[in-house]
Amino acid sequence: MDRLAKFAREGMREDLPDFRPGDTVKVMVRVREGEKERLQAFEGVCVAKKGGGISETFTVRKVSAGVGVERIFPVHSPSVGSVEIVRHGKVRRAKLYYLRRLTGKAGRIKEHREG
Amino acid sequence: MEGIIGRKLGMTQLFGADGTVTPVTVIAAGPCPVVQVREGGEGRPARVQLGFETAKKARAGKARAGHAAKAGIEAAPRVLREFAWADAGVELPKPGALITVATFAEGQQVKVTGTSKGRGFQGVVHRYHFGGGPASHGNTRFRKPGSVGPGTDPSRVIKGKRMPGHMGAARVTQIRLTVAKVDAERNLLFVRGAVPGPMRGIVTVRKEGA
Repeated sequence: MDRLAKFAREGMREDLPDFRPGDTVKVMVRVREGEKERLQAFEGVCVAKKGGGISETFTVRKVSAGVGVERIFPVHSPSVGSVEIVRHGKVRRAKLYYLRRLTGKAGRIKEHREG
Repeated sequence: MEGIIGRKLGMTQLFGADGTVTPVTVIAAGPCPVVQVREGGEGRPARVQLGFETAKKARAGKARAGHAAKAGIEAAPRVLREFAWADAGVELPKPGALITVATFAEGQQVKVTGTSKGRGFQGVVHRYHFGGGPASHGNTRFRKPGSVGPGTDPSRVIKGKRMPGHMGAARVTQIRLTVAKVDAERNLLFVRGAVPGPMRGIVTVRKEGA
């Protein structure tokens, strides 16, 4: 296992900020349209982080036109251009799936301030 | 060369430039010295014996050490495996020559042979995917096989009837796997998909069609 872990780390990226479930993040996704490649933003609350090592993923949830949309991104995928932390959220669990059944005011997350 | 011996390190994933994920098994394969070459005859392909890793001196034994010394190999290999040399047109390697993962190319079709994980004595549901019975409504045939054949005639159970017994720890060959990546520098072979056996298990990788 040690030997595998050593070189599996190679494909991993370290340029992403350290964000947690509850944080509002803006993910720049690489989108291919024919020949052209451009970045598309997906902004929402990170509701879960799963897995470890190179297969780690995170789920971002946003409400778009009244419809809840969740997208799962592999952390180390080249299709994730960049991740920007918009707001740190104050939450008490690691998986925020309860947000799915909350709407409006109840679905908000308090901002977490350092200190 | 037709094949190579390696050790399964485990599974991971590779990312393509467009973000596609390829699940791969990493095999630490070779370098394997050629220990013995047996000429082919009529209708018989030539056979090439390869060694892998080195045995501790106390474990090697005089027979194995002498066998290796004949090929000019100082340290006796821990593992010996023989491969059929299918292509009669290609020149056979010399004993003592080293076979590396460089004999494989990306995108090539291979088959991987290993010893599957031992599962112990298993019932018919796990071993042969029998359906089992209903869980309720007074049923008592939960995971039993049910009837094993006709009655008075023929008064016996036909051979090969699938029944509970030892499962796994058998030689398994997974065919038509694709080589996803070759790392010649570190002697690593990345094969798309799963490969028989536990982590750190010995596997042989052969070219498809060999």
